[in-house]
Amino acid sequence: MSPRAAWRLERLGFGEVYDYTAGKLDWMAAGLPTEGTGAARPRAGDLARGEVPTCALNERLDAVRERVRAGGWEVAVVANEQRVVLGLLRARELDADGDHTVEQAMRPGPSTFRPFVPAEEMARFMTEHGLESAPITTSDGRLVGLLFRQDAVEHAPDEGDRAP
Amino acid sequence: MPTSIDREQLRALRDRDAQLVEVLPASEYEEDHLPGAINIPLRRIDAEATRVLDRGRPVIVYCWDAA
Repeated sequence: MSPRAAWRLERLGFGEVYDYTAGKLDWMAAGLPTEGTGAARPRAGDLARGEVPTCALNERLDAVRERVRAGGWEVAVVANEQRVVLGLLRARELDADGDHTVEQAMRPGPSTFRPFVPAEEMARFMTEHGLESAPITTSDGRLVGLLFRQDAVEHAPDEGDRAP
Repeated sequence: MPTSIDREQLRALRDRDAQLVEVLPASEYEEDHLPGAINIPLRRIDAEATRVLDRGRPVIVYCWDAA
């Protein structure tokens, strides 16, 4: 749609016309702010906990486990230097053999969600699929934070009654 | 020929006082739009563009995605 608009504007005499082809989806997937009636609704990116512990593939699991639990967490996100999400360590993986590396123990390729997804939609999905938490990432895979189902449900009152 | 730009180029053009136009229908614009964007739905471009937009400044158009 925007290419047609851009061409039409040139035809109408506008000399410097640009087309942001990736559009609103790209903007919102990057977690950038918007204006409008939807902007006030809580979204996944607003509720995700950015302070979730992260770790690298080559770390020893016992060291990661100690660090994660010392911070009061039962989950860690495995990410590279660019914060691109590679895996998850939930309680079960954290309890694996401490001699293993994170790469050996992690749950690889977790489903990720974009920051613009409304809280009620996340609450519904996470409830239906039994997800306690889900990584929120930008469109290029970088970690925004970890969204807990409880946080999504609390900000989506209509979904609260459906939570198990 | 219109030039395709990415997010960073959009920001740089906004610093040059470029006009930002969402060409989706009004209902979609009202729900969410980029900060500072105005709405001219595609089918109203002919009727509104010359009245609303400044020909002397850059214009950036966008919709939902590249599809």
